Amino acid sequence: MKSILKATVAAAALVVAGSAANAADVKACFVYVGPVGDFGWSYQHDQGRLAVEAKFGDKVETAYLESVPEGPDAERAIERFAREGCNIIFTTSFGYMNPTLKVAKKFPDVKFEHATGYKSADNVATYNSKFHEGRYIIGQIAAKQSKSGVAGYIASFPIPEVVAGINAFLLGAQSVNPDFKLKVVWVNTWFDPGKEADAAKALIDQGADVITQHTDSTAPLQVAQERGAHGFGQASDMINFAKDAQYTAIIDDWAPYYVHRVQDVLDGKWESGSAWDGLAEGHVVMAPYTNLPDDVVEMAKATEAKIIGGWEPFTGPITKQDGSVAAEDGVRLDDGAILGMNWYVQGVDDKLPQ
Amino acid sequence: MFEAVLLTVITAATPILIAAIGELVAERSGVLNLGVEGMMIMGAVIGFAVANQTGSGTLGVIAAVAAGMAMSALFGFLVLILVANQVATGLALTILGIGFSGLIGEAFIGVPGLILPELYIPVLSEIPFIGPVFFQQDAIVYLGFALVAVVAYVLFKTRLGLVLRAVGNNHGSAHALGYSVIKVRFMAVLFGGGCAGLAGAYMSLAYTPQWVENMTAGRGWIALALVVFSSWLPLRVIVGAYLFGAVSVLNLHAQAVELDIPSQLLSSLPYLATIVVLVLISANRRLTLVNTPACLGKPFVPDR
Amino acid sequence: MRIELVKRKERSQFMALFSPLIAVGMTVLAAGIIFAVTGHNPLEALYKFFIEPLTQQWSLEATINKATPLILIGCGLAVCYLSNNWNIGAEGQFVVGALFGSILPVLFPSFENVATLPLMLIFGAVGGALWALIPAVLKTRFNTNEILTSLMLVYVASLILDYLVRGPWRDPDGYNFPESRIFSDAATLPDVFGGLMSLSTPITILIAVILAVVLAKTLKGFEIRVMGESPRAGGFAGFSAKGLTLFSFALAGGLAGLAGTMEVSGGLNQLLPVISPGYGFTAIIVAFLGRLNPIAIIVAGFVLALSYIGGEGVQSAMGVSNKIASVIQGLLLFFVLACDTLILYRVRMVSRRVSAAEVSHV
Repeated sequence: MKSILKATVAAAALVVAGSAANAADVKACFVYVGPVGDFGWSYQHDQGRLAVEAKFGDKVETAYLESVPEGPDAERAIERFAREGCNIIFTTSFGYMNPTLKVAKKFPDVKFEHATGYKSADNVATYNSKFHEGRYIIGQIAAKQSKSGVAGYIASFPIPEVVAGINAFLLGAQSVNPDFKLKVVWVNTWFDPGKEADAAKALIDQGADVITQHTDSTAPLQVAQERGAHGFGQASDMINFAKDAQYTAIIDDWAPYYVHRVQDVLDGKWESGSAWDGLAEGHVVMAPYTNLPDDVVEMAKATEAKIIGGWEPFTGPITKQDGSVAAEDGVRLDDGAILGMNWYVQGVDDKLPQ
Repeated sequence: MFEAVLLTVITAATPILIAAIGELVAERSGVLNLGVEGMMIMGAVIGFAVANQTGSGTLGVIAAVAAGMAMSALFGFLVLILVANQVATGLALTILGIGFSGLIGEAFIGVPGLILPELYIPVLSEIPFIGPVFFQQDAIVYLGFALVAVVAYVLFKTRLGLVLRAVGNNHGSAHALGYSVIKVRFMAVLFGGGCAGLAGAYMSLAYTPQWVENMTAGRGWIALALVVFSSWLPLRVIVGAYLFGAVSVLNLHAQAVELDIPSQLLSSLPYLATIVVLVLISANRRLTLVNTPACLGKPFVPDR
Repeated sequence: MRIELVKRKERSQFMALFSPLIAVGMTVLAAGIIFAVTGHNPLEALYKFFIEPLTQQWSLEATINKATPLILIGCGLAVCYLSNNWNIGAEGQFVVGALFGSILPVLFPSFENVATLPLMLIFGAVGGALWALIPAVLKTRFNTNEILTSLMLVYVASLILDYLVRGPWRDPDGYNFPESRIFSDAATLPDVFGGLMSLSTPITILIAVILAVVLAKTLKGFEIRVMGESPRAGGFAGFSAKGLTLFSFALAGGLAGLAGTMEVSGGLNQLLPVISPGYGFTAIIVAFLGRLNPIAIIVAGFVLALSYIGGEGVQSAMGVSNKIASVIQGLLLFFVLACDTLILYRVRMVSRRVSAAEVSHV
C-alpha cells in the first residue's frame, strides 16, 4: 500500500514538472460539439486543428474537447481551457455563443473565436463560411444532370444557414432550368445515418434523382449509390462512400482560417472581427467534379470562378415563395438578409417550418 | 411507388425486428435486459471492424453475434449469478456499450464499409411485385423472418419452449420440477444478446454500411417497446416492427408530399404510438395475463 | 469450481458501507488498465482523472455544480425505486419542468419582482410532476409498464422543447436562431461562491437532507420501504400501492422538474434546443451508486460528476478519448451492482464435491 502511495505522489510530482516544462509559444484550444469521428462538422474542424499543428510544429501546442454539449458543460470546458493557459480558444458550435462571451469577460487576455454566431467582443471574434456559394454550384449541376427535373433536399433544422442553403441550391438550379422542382424533407437531426438514409430513399421514391443534404452523415450518398441516383458530399469529400454517385462535395476547410488566426496570435497582431469567407478565401472548397460530362464540369468551374471573382449568388431578381420581391434585378442581398434568412424562394416544394 | 416504399419499410423494420425477437426470448424466461442498445452498438462496431479487416461480410456478422453474446454474458453473470438489479445492470450495459464501441470504432471512422450482397431467391424473385419486395433482400432480412418462425415454433411447440415459459412464469415451480432456472435464463439472455449483435451488424453492414458513433440512435430502445407491443408473441413482433418501420418512413414521405404538420410532431409519432399500443394491450387484462411472463424482472436464488 | 451464493441471515452492515468502496477501487484499477492499454501513462491519467479536479477551487466548484442536478434527480428516483416504481424517464421530466419554469421569463418577460423566481421554481416542479404522472396514471389505471412509457415520454418531451425553441418561444431578436430570449436578472438564480455554482446547490442539499429524514423517520418513509420490499405486507398494513405509485412518480418528476428549472435559470439563462446532457439517465446511476439513500446520493452524485470533470481533464491534457469516461462510468456501475451482492449474500467459490459435504453440515 505504501509503495503505491509513494508511486502516486511521484507521478503527481512528475505531472507538475511536466506541465511547467512546456515550451510552446502559443497554445490553441478547440471545443467541438460532436465527436471528431462524425466525419462531418467536428471532423473538419479537427482537420483544421491538425493543420495548425502541422504548420507550426513545436511553436504551437493544441488541445481539444469533443462532444461537449451546449450549455453549462460548454461554459466549463471553455473556462477550463482559459485556465489551462490556452492563448486562443476556438468554440465551434452556434450554441457556444453565450458561454463563450461569459468566459471571455472573465479572461480578457485570452483570445476567443466563436464559429457561426453573431455576438462578438474585444476578445471574441466570430467566423463562418459562405456555404451557400457551394450550394448554388451544386444546384446548377443538379438541374443539368437530373432527368426527372426534381431534386431532393435532406434538411436538418430550419435555421437561417440551412434555409439559405436550400434557396441558393434552387436559385442555381433555376438558372439552368426555370421549372426545376425541389422537395425538402426535414429530419430534425444533424446526424442519424439511418434516418438520413430513409429520407434519401423517400425522396428518390418521390421522383428525385439527385439528392443533397444539410446533415452530416454519408448515408444519403450511399443510398444514392445503391439506387443509381446521384448526390453531393457534405462538409467533407465523401467520394470513398459513393464512387459512382458523388458529383462533387462542398468541403468546409477551416485550416486556412485557423492557421491565419494562430499566426496573428504568434505575431501579437490578433484583433477581434467577424470573418465570413467562402470560395475566394478557400474556406469553402469544391471537391473534384466526378461522374459528370465535360460541359457540366466546365459550367461548374465557370460559376466557381465567377463567385471567386466577387459575384454573390443571392443577386436579384429573387422572388420569395409568396410572390413578393426579395431583390430587384441586379441588386444583391446584404449580409444580414442572408445570415438571417427565414423565407423560401419561389419554386421550393415545401412550406418552411416556423 | 408503393413497392419502393415497402422496400424502405423492410430495411427500417429489420434491425428492430431482430433485436426484439431476441429480447422477447430473454423476457419470456423472466429476464428484462434494458441493455439492448448497448449490445446492438457493440455488434455494429465489431461486425464492421471484422468485415473490414477480413473482407468477409459473413465473418463480420458472426463476430457481431459473438460480441452481442459476450455483452449479454456480462449482463447474465451480474443479474443471474450475482443477483444484481436487472434495470440498473441493463442501463450500465448500454452506457458501457456506447463508450466501448466509440473507443473501438475510432480506427474505422470515414472508412467505407463492406455491403452485404443481396440474395435473389430463384424463381420466387421473378414474381411481379412480391418478388422484388420479399425475395431480393440481403441475407439478414431472411434470417430475421427465419428467427421469428423458429422462436415461435420452439416457444410453443417444443419441450424446450415449455421449460422456458415455465421458468419465466413461475421460477419456483420450475426449480422444484428439477429444471435449472439460472441455466435456462442464461441461455435465453445469450440468445437475446446474439440477436442484438446481429441487428447491430445489419445497421453497420447493410442499412447504412459504415461505422459512426451512436449509429444505432435509439433503435435498441424501440426494440424493447416492441416486445411489450407484441405482448410477448413472436408473430406479433413482425406486425409491430413493420408498423414502426412504416410510421418512421411515412413521416418522411408525408413531408415530401407536402403535409402541413410540424415535423417534431411527426417525429414523435412512433413514441406516442408505442404508448397508445402499450395502454391498449395492458388494459386488456386477459391478454396480458396470459402472455406476460409473471416472473419478469424478478431475481431467482435457489434456496438451500 | 463454481460460484455459489449463500444468503446472509441479515443485511451485512459492514458490506453496506464497504461494498461501494470496493467497487470504486476496482473501477480505479480497471481505469488504470484501460489507460495503459490505450497508450497513456496510467498513474498520470488516474491522477488527472480522479485527484486533480479536487485540488483547485474552480474545478471543485465545477464538479459540485455538475453534481447538483444529478443529486436532485437521483433523490427523487430513489423514492421511486425504493417503492418498486421503475421511472426511467427523469430526463423528460427534467425537460418539461424546465419548460414550465420558463413560462414566466419567456412569455411574460416584464413580470420582474421578488415573486418571479419562487413562482418559476414552483411551476418547474409542477410541470415535472405532471409529466411524471402520465406513466404513473397509465400504470395504476391500465397496468401499463412504466419503464417503457416513461422512457418513450423522454423523446416526446425533447421534441416539444425543440418545437417551442425553434417556433413559438424563439427569441424575437435572435436572428431566427433556435434559442429563447435571455432571462432577466429577476429570473436568474443567484450565483454563490466563485460564480460557477448557483443557489441550486444549497437548495439541492437541503432537499436531500429533508428527504433522508422523511425516509428514515416518518410513516411515509416506512410506507415506501415496506411497499418496496413486500407489497402484500404493505397491503395488510393498509397502504395503497396505487397511491404510492402516484406519489413517488409525482415526487421524482417534481424534483427532476425543479432541477430542470434551476439548470435553465441558474446555468443556461435561456432555453436551447437541448438543455440536458443526459442528466436524467446519469441520475439513475447516481441513485443506485448511492444505494437509494439521499445522503449517500450526494456523495454518489459528486463521484459521477468527478468522472465528467476528470474525463475532460485527461482529454484536454493528454488527448485521452472522451469515450473512456463513458466506459469508466459503465464499469463503475457494474462493479457497484456486483459488489452490492455482498450485502445480502456471501459468495463462495466451491468445487462440486466439497459443496455437497458442506451443505450437509449446515
